[in-house]
Amino acid sequence: MGEPRPLGKGLGEPAVTINGKALVGQTGQSILELALANGIEIPNLCYDARLSPSGSCRLCVVDVEGEEGPVCACTLQIQPGMVVRTETEELRAIRKTVLELLFYEHRGACTTCDENGNCKLQRYAYEYQLSDDVFEPPAGQEQRENYTTGNEALEYDTGKCIRCGRCIRICEEVQADSALTFKGRAASVEVTTAFDIALNDSTCELCGQCISSCPTGALYERAAKGKGQCKDLVRTRTTCPYCGVGCQIDLNVNPKTERIIRVTSEVGCIPNNGNLCVKGRFGMDFIASDKRLTEPLIKRNGKFEKATWEEAIKFVAERLKCIRSEFGADSIAGLSSAKCTNEDNYVFQKFIRACVGTNNVDHCARLCHASTVVGLARAFGSGAMTNSIDELKKAGCIFVIGSNTTEAHPVIGLYIKEAVMKNGAELIVADPRAIDLARFARLHIAQAPGTDVALINAMMNVIIAEELHDKSFIKERTEDFEKLEAIVKGFTPEKAEGITTIPADKIRAAARLYAKAKTASIIYSMGITQHTTGTDNVLSLANLAMLTGNVGAESTGVNPLRGQNNVQGACDLGALPDVYPGYQSVEDSQIQAKFESAWGEKLSCRTGLTVVEMMHAIEEEKIKALYVMGENPALSDPNLNRTRRALQTVDFLAVQDIFLSETAEYADVVLPSTCFAEKDGTFTNTERRVQRVRKAVAPPGQARSDWEIICEVATKMGYPMAYGRADKIMDEIATVTPIYGGMSFERIDSVGLQWPCPDKKHPGTRFLHEGTFKRGKGKFHPVEFVAADELPDEDYPFVLTTGRQLYQFHTGTMTRKSAVINQVSPTGYVEIHPDDAERLEISSGENVEVITRRGKVTTPARVTSSIEKGWLFIPFHFRECPANMLTNDALDPTAKIPEFKVCAAAVHLVRSS
Amino acid sequence: MTVLGNAKLRSTAELEHMQEELRARHTPSAKCVRVCTGPGCAVKGSPKLYELFCEAVERTGANVEIEAKSVGCHGLCECGPIVLIQPGNIFYQKVEEPDIAEIFRETILGDRVVEKLLYENPATGQKAVTPEEITFYKVQKRIALAGNGLIEPTKITDYIAERGYIALAKVISSMAPEEVVSEVEASGLRGRGGGGFPTARKWHSCREAEGLPKYVICNGDEGDPGAFMDRSIMEGNPHSVIEGMLIGAYAIGSEQGYIYVRNEYPLAVEHLKTAISQAREMGLLGQNILGSAFSFDIRINRGGGAFVCGESTALMASLEGRPGEPRAKYIHTVESGFRGKPTNLNNVETWANIPQIINRGGEWFAGIGTEESKGTKVFSLVGKVKNTGLVEVPMGITLRRIVEEIGGGIAGGKRFKAVQTGGPSGGCIPAEHLDARVDFDELTKLGSMMGSGGMIVMDEDTCMVRVAKYFTNFLQKESCGKCTPCREGLSQMLHILERITKGEGEVGDVEELEGLAELLEGTALCALGKTAANPIMSTIRYFRDEYDAHIKEKRCPAKECRGLFRYEIDPEACTACGICLKNCPADAITGEKKVSHVINQEKCTLCGMCWEKCPFTAVLKV
Repeated sequence: MGEPRPLGKGLGEPAVTINGKALVGQTGQSILELALANGIEIPNLCYDARLSPSGSCRLCVVDVEGEEGPVCACTLQIQPGMVVRTETEELRAIRKTVLELLFYEHRGACTTCDENGNCKLQRYAYEYQLSDDVFEPPAGQEQRENYTTGNEALEYDTGKCIRCGRCIRICEEVQADSALTFKGRAASVEVTTAFDIALNDSTCELCGQCISSCPTGALYERAAKGKGQCKDLVRTRTTCPYCGVGCQIDLNVNPKTERIIRVTSEVGCIPNNGNLCVKGRFGMDFIASDKRLTEPLIKRNGKFEKATWEEAIKFVAERLKCIRSEFGADSIAGLSSAKCTNEDNYVFQKFIRACVGTNNVDHCARLCHASTVVGLARAFGSGAMTNSIDELKKAGCIFVIGSNTTEAHPVIGLYIKEAVMKNGAELIVADPRAIDLARFARLHIAQAPGTDVALINAMMNVIIAEELHDKSFIKERTEDFEKLEAIVKGFTPEKAEGITTIPADKIRAAARLYAKAKTASIIYSMGITQHTTGTDNVLSLANLAMLTGNVGAESTGVNPLRGQNNVQGACDLGALPDVYPGYQSVEDSQIQAKFESAWGEKLSCRTGLTVVEMMHAIEEEKIKALYVMGENPALSDPNLNRTRRALQTVDFLAVQDIFLSETAEYADVVLPSTCFAEKDGTFTNTERRVQRVRKAVAPPGQARSDWEIICEVATKMGYPMAYGRADKIMDEIATVTPIYGGMSFERIDSVGLQWPCPDKKHPGTRFLHEGTFKRGKGKFHPVEFVAADELPDEDYPFVLTTGRQLYQFHTGTMTRKSAVINQVSPTGYVEIHPDDAERLEISSGENVEVITRRGKVTTPARVTSSIEKGWLFIPFHFRECPANMLTNDALDPTAKIPEFKVCAAAVHLVRSS
Repeated sequence: MTVLGNAKLRSTAELEHMQEELRARHTPSAKCVRVCTGPGCAVKGSPKLYELFCEAVERTGANVEIEAKSVGCHGLCECGPIVLIQPGNIFYQKVEEPDIAEIFRETILGDRVVEKLLYENPATGQKAVTPEEITFYKVQKRIALAGNGLIEPTKITDYIAERGYIALAKVISSMAPEEVVSEVEASGLRGRGGGGFPTARKWHSCREAEGLPKYVICNGDEGDPGAFMDRSIMEGNPHSVIEGMLIGAYAIGSEQGYIYVRNEYPLAVEHLKTAISQAREMGLLGQNILGSAFSFDIRINRGGGAFVCGESTALMASLEGRPGEPRAKYIHTVESGFRGKPTNLNNVETWANIPQIINRGGEWFAGIGTEESKGTKVFSLVGKVKNTGLVEVPMGITLRRIVEEIGGGIAGGKRFKAVQTGGPSGGCIPAEHLDARVDFDELTKLGSMMGSGGMIVMDEDTCMVRVAKYFTNFLQKESCGKCTPCREGLSQMLHILERITKGEGEVGDVEELEGLAELLEGTALCALGKTAANPIMSTIRYFRDEYDAHIKEKRCPAKECRGLFRYEIDPEACTACGICLKNCPADAITGEKKVSHVINQEKCTLCGMCWEKCPFTAVLKV
């Protein structure tokens, strides 16, 4: 998965002559890599920069002085003084014969092939002027049933396959899924799964990486077949709208039908190097869904009626003004969106603050990384991922805790796999479940849900006891070490064993692995944050990193993986009740003055309400109006019965969305907005990289972009807002947000920029806290172990934990429109250990009822030993069996994040009558 | 059997002591029957003979001390089953069950030779009592096969008694690893698996390579059709391979070895397994071998019958549990082989030579053979010679001596046409080069190769285009399909050859074959592909006229290709017996009593029944 490597840096690297041109390359580089990097085209079919070379197509033959006969440029590494020729008559003759042989097995029908225009074989066939009658065509090469038959995602056409094996290699080398293999020998070789089982029954994750690597049309998205040939498709580079990795994707649009035909990604792009996951590649059906909102709706007599934009905007503005004048500005709250662009979020919070006049603005970051923002800000002074994604590759040790990375952030998962498989990193996985990453781990430790502080304290106990801590780092760069020492002193691994259920020796082993590594990166996610002790958990990880000096350097750090495409940006741009854009406190009068002058309006200095607090405040009749932009609390918030009651009772609910979501159904007015593919703007990914979002298709019906709608409402309310274009908003953002000071659409056009980026010349920041922490010295916060809010008892004997799975995303609004995803993940389930299942007479697939103090859901059981005894797991994406009916809305006292990860539950079989 | 308890040998001295004891029991007058149960003799029923000998031994009781041994291939398979009797080293051939009583009575108890079971020189009619008197053996020099036919492969004591594991003891007790490499270097030993790469250089590179653990592998995936050199060694003398690997591992710095054997060699697997477990029991494999700091163990892996898995990188892929496909060797396997670690792979015969080289010195070995090819080479000599079998000859011997002296010349009074060496991807060498020397480079120059040691002799009735087609078909089927030239090029070549042998060849076909052959040789990924065109290229080179006859005259000069010759009845030789007429399934033959018969060419389907049935060889192919 090599990123494009810089050339000619440093002295003494091999100087090679290719076609008379002197070039400097890097040790270990192949002739082909060097040539391609210097714009010298050598025909190749089995080469993919992400893969180890296989030398199977034999097309990249070149002459090397001193070598007998032609050699393959892809497999021969450059040596100093090498003299290479790539274009001789003899070489061209060889290539032509090889191509003719390939054409013999390739049922060439370019005119009816979707790959037409993108196919390398086709390109070379023209270049080498092939005649297709050199060899006799093979008899009976009809398309046969194969491992993709009936699969919604992809189709394998043996007749177009040239047996280069790239699909097999990428599945093994990059994805580490090894779902594909060759079968047969000689001319009857073809690609299949082991034992020819159906793709969805294999280890395949439907990432479609095989398609991305296929040089011909042999592997293709099934849904894209016949929808337009590659040569006619228009590609728009944009940022994936799913998780926080921020993969760069190319939406391939057929200009005649104005439909997105397929999603591709270019090898070499940052941060994903052409790699995508199932959601990014196959999760875009929602864009053209006929369920999209196309017109504003106003609820009259309990029913939605179509309205004009003018009516709808007026309706919203008047209702808000009315409620404000009756109950005050603080009776109105707004939920901004981690799915929307930075520009949308900036405009939204500005609208709530400057136009409505309250700080009651929050968004779903509250439900995922509020504890990160609070915890890391306290410890380091900045609440974001300290390091960059690609630094993971070189980490000596990676400690993944509470992150199911390969499912929730699949492309970051690839970097971790690469670090382990190619670069020998030591991986520690701490997770209650045997998640997929555990396969790659030196050590998998399964802590009981909600016991992370105990585990980390015990690890620090070992590190200090065995003198593995970085004393000079602690002395020079941190404060309050003594306080930490005092607390962890008594926290022996044996004591932690009693709490976490992890054997003490394994805790010791984990501590040593982490502390002894040259560089160690911590990766964490919801398993750490979604607790009543979320902030404590985060502080503990910060303690651990500082204790070993693993902050402020490359391939180290404390790295929260952000869950939504733009949850980082929504936080950065102030969609939080306590800070303006750029984490500037609303309680700081100087800052308040700055924003008052920038926005031309008096601003409130009171910190606003958080997501769950807003719902509770509705119950208490403190909040009368709620404006929701692109969020779905009716499915995403904890304790849904309570949340839905609140949505039901609030006086006025305005929802701005692309679908009539579960939340929108409660609304008084629904405003249709554009999705990411229909607008311009920026997202900020988990590594603080601000990246472009570009319009690829026209919005459906009358849908408008979120910031435009907000501007109109604000204007109607008497606070004129107008920008004309998204880039103008970014220009304004840059003037008031120091960490975004140097951002502009122009600068991030080809590659994004990582904040902090204070001015137009600043190159952005790969990793934070180099030399000094944002807050000066890093601060240790000793943390005592506190148990979860609700623990199992006689009535509710199980610990229920919730989370994501690979295929579906969040409340399913987008992914559940995808035929590919629905085929492999049709509905929810509850994971239960085989012993528990046996005792309760539950078998896989049978419906069970899961009950907590707050509600119950009926869902099929999935019996698996990947979960420990006594624990249950339910993914939260499915409206028909919503995990959040069950979850606990108890909050972390400072970060106000609810405890999604632990509650007490009971489960029993639903007897069919 | 005091020394043969389960006790581990804890030092080289203990091994030597045990050897002395074992040798003391083998006096020259000790009586012993050795029954060859190698592949050739076994199909002719020798395992049953062995059982009968054992029973006979039992019946004689304790008054006469006799031992019956089931031993590995003796070489002269043509004359199997072979039985050797001690004392006197009496060589009995074509022994059948009823002969056993006589052998027992006359030879073993009566010290008399059974004349009728002796080998008779076909030229002189002279009887030979011992193998040394038989030309087949006289011309040979047996090093790798030295123990074959002598020791009982399932008994480690037999091997030890024949100075087994002494070479191991020597390296452990008195040689530094580098010295072992130097000794092998001095021997000039080159890999016997086909490539002929200098063994010591490979060892040295692997020793120097960075990374641990290091592996040694024995390639026992002998896939050439008709070849059984390695099989015979693994079956007949497995400890020689194990000892060779032990010495190699010591020199390289490896603690784990693998033997990759074809699953089609069950007896080899069984004997190797037995040998490994016996060696472990005696402390010759495992931790702290012979009390030293050196530890090494061996595992056996069975291959699934893919020819390409004889290629080192494909073999390693298979060993790792992946499909057996070669990879481009841009990094040599000695640096990154099995599981990405430094790996030294040699074939069975190479390993089997090692103990002797250590025992007798590299210089001794280098004294045999030619300038560039030292020592001996084992061949499986098959085809149209009189004496087929397993032979080991000094490098540098001429092909003529192998064919004419060892092989006894062409059977059935036919003329020699060509000898094919090097396995399926070797080449055919014609009569005019019969005086060429057997030597890695010499054979390559002739368009063939040493290969792992297949040698097929062909006579005048062999169509060389069909020979090329046969081997191309084999290789095409066995190509793993990874690289384009091999996968598609070979099947194209096969198509062309099929057309030619059907009489549908066109002018230009030979040139097209040559073009594709050049492509394969120049650009195929592994040795299988690079050499796959040898059968075609060598037959074109030496027998172009046969190709031309097929293509231009639609005629098969050897009269093998159906449709490219016809059957006719020689009126002079025909006795009008009517047998052909009766047997013709197409009613194509007419004739009456006393009138010579005639074949109606239009009706004839060329089935060849008449030709086969005619008692007077009056049916001719023309």
